[in-house]
Amino acid sequence: MIRKAFLLSAASMIAASVAAGAQAQERVVNVYNWSDYIDESVLDEFTKETGIKVVYDVFDSNEILETKLLAGGTGYDIVVPTGTFLARQIQAGVFQKLDKSKLPNIENMWDVIAERLAKYDPGNEYSINYMWGTVGIGYNTKKVSEALGIDEIDSWDVVFNPDNLAKLQNCGVHFLDSPTDVVPSVLGYLGLDPDSHDPEVLAKAEEALLKVRPYVRKFHSSEYINALANGDICVAIGWSGDVFQARDRAAEADRGVEIAYAIPKEGTQMWFDQMAIPADAPHVEEAHEFINFIMKPEVIAKASNYVFYANGNKASEEFLDPEVRDDPAIYPDEATLEKLYTTTPLDPKTQRVMTRLWTKIVTGQ
Amino acid sequence: MGRLATAIGSRLVIAVPYLWLLIFFLVPFIIVFKISLSTTAIAMPPYTPTFGLEGGISGLVEGLKELSADNYTWLLDDPLYINAYISSLVIAAVSTLITLLVGYPIAYGMARAPTALRPVLVMLVILPFWTSFLIRVYAWIGILKPEGLLNQFLLFTGIIDSPLVILNTTTAIYIGIVYSYLPFMVLPLYATLEKMDYSLIEAAQDLGCPPLTAFWKITFPLSLPGITAGCMLVFIPAVGEFVIPDLLGGSQTLMIGKTLWNEFFSNRDWPVSSAVAIILLLILVVPIMFFQRAQANAREKGL
Repeated sequence: MIRKAFLLSAASMIAASVAAGAQAQERVVNVYNWSDYIDESVLDEFTKETGIKVVYDVFDSNEILETKLLAGGTGYDIVVPTGTFLARQIQAGVFQKLDKSKLPNIENMWDVIAERLAKYDPGNEYSINYMWGTVGIGYNTKKVSEALGIDEIDSWDVVFNPDNLAKLQNCGVHFLDSPTDVVPSVLGYLGLDPDSHDPEVLAKAEEALLKVRPYVRKFHSSEYINALANGDICVAIGWSGDVFQARDRAAEADRGVEIAYAIPKEGTQMWFDQMAIPADAPHVEEAHEFINFIMKPEVIAKASNYVFYANGNKASEEFLDPEVRDDPAIYPDEATLEKLYTTTPLDPKTQRVMTRLWTKIVTGQ
Repeated sequence: MGRLATAIGSRLVIAVPYLWLLIFFLVPFIIVFKISLSTTAIAMPPYTPTFGLEGGISGLVEGLKELSADNYTWLLDDPLYINAYISSLVIAAVSTLITLLVGYPIAYGMARAPTALRPVLVMLVILPFWTSFLIRVYAWIGILKPEGLLNQFLLFTGIIDSPLVILNTTTAIYIGIVYSYLPFMVLPLYATLEKMDYSLIEAAQDLGCPPLTAFWKITFPLSLPGITAGCMLVFIPAVGEFVIPDLLGGSQTLMIGKTLWNEFFSNRDWPVSSAVAIILLLILVVPIMFFQRAQANAREKGL
């Protein structure tokens, strides 16, 4: 892994120097975003409008992004980490404050989302929301109804109650391999504070998870998309947009697999992917222009229509496709929104406790 | 003058590989070793102390004083790491043995094949490298999964009634490692077996030695250098293997590659992950030295 990290950083250094060389001739912005997370035509429109060329690069895990950012000198002008990661990165001094005078479109943003974001980015000084979503249950409707006799999942009870999960074992269960996503959900299900950092409370989550663990086929954070779509598994704890991707792939394949997504009634965690500018970004001016462009209601709506995630831009609502806007799994109603919670980032000590208990759950050691 | 120039020239030629090792092995090793003695911090980079030559000698001394071996004691305190090392070594050893058992007959068959056919056979062993390693491992997911090719075939032929669960188990890891590393076992074995003088076997048979005994007494000992080389080439990368257990293995398989990944990416604990890497290196240096000694012995015998 060290060799790989070395190669990655060497590659990004080359990318950075190439970008620096290009600066003289044309205006460029280097964007590093999640894979499958934008309608590419948005980038073309940006170039057409501003004359700034977009160098678009993608990643598939917060951990990879964070390792690059902490090593420094990435050459990226805009990166899109998730809230919990962003908070720690702000603390580490990875980002620069946004110049709000260059972001007039900020008035389009949704106050409810901005308020919740303050937990990660106090005063919303460093970041602007790109998309947000929830952690929930993706499932194969037919197989779940065969195994449990229910038409619809509406509670964490299906995955955290050993009796239920035992019945689903044979058709296949995946959990996210991410303690910060699964542990709060278990705590919420147990009626405890999902945002607890108390080792004794966390131990209760561990106890509950160890009971369901024998029925989980795999802990993995991306394989469940294909596995659900192909019908290899019937239930997964996953991220909303990923499950919608699985749903679409299953529909395209048209082999009788039908996927649905549930936000459990006990409430679940909300997450936010945030656009931010690294402190050592080479094209700060262009980065602001890009963020401002993305905050245009019709632009971000186009992205949401494409990726099936909700965005934090209130004004974009009128440009959203009805199938996105009216889907309560994407844009939850007021009552559900009330039950969605956020978690605070872990300090290094709690992080260690969390990772250790997670290793115990995942490997049994 | 001419002689002096040649002497300098040959010194330079020798210096190049040493310089290479110095820059690409020793310097990174020292950097990783230094990080393994640091402590984590929420900063860029995420550990402390960070010091360079710009702080002068006193800055360097101050920094050195802050280093500690705590991370190594941490590794010993939690059985997780020791178990992960042991489990990796066991998985690597078993896979190496299976690879040897599968690879030996293949190499033997290749070495005894008609001379005209041999280049084609070698080509066939190398051919899989033309496809990305990652894609070949992914292909095994398609073969081994419950609705995969293997299960469909076995169900179709009536050998089994319900699909076998192979994917996401330790068995799948063994299949993946043996498949991926088989060429590294076959090629060195083939190289030694091909050079072997088969008139020795004929002589043994003329003297009334049964084929099996002839194999054990002549072929096997003569192929030992190939066996050592093949085993090292399989064993050493298999210990630190990360991709195969991640894609094919289940959650319960503990391997040091995954543990290191967790420390580095999930815990952002660069110091502890560096310590894990240093210990892994030390564990691997032992078989490498053994390998070198075996090679040196073989060379002496060859002379």
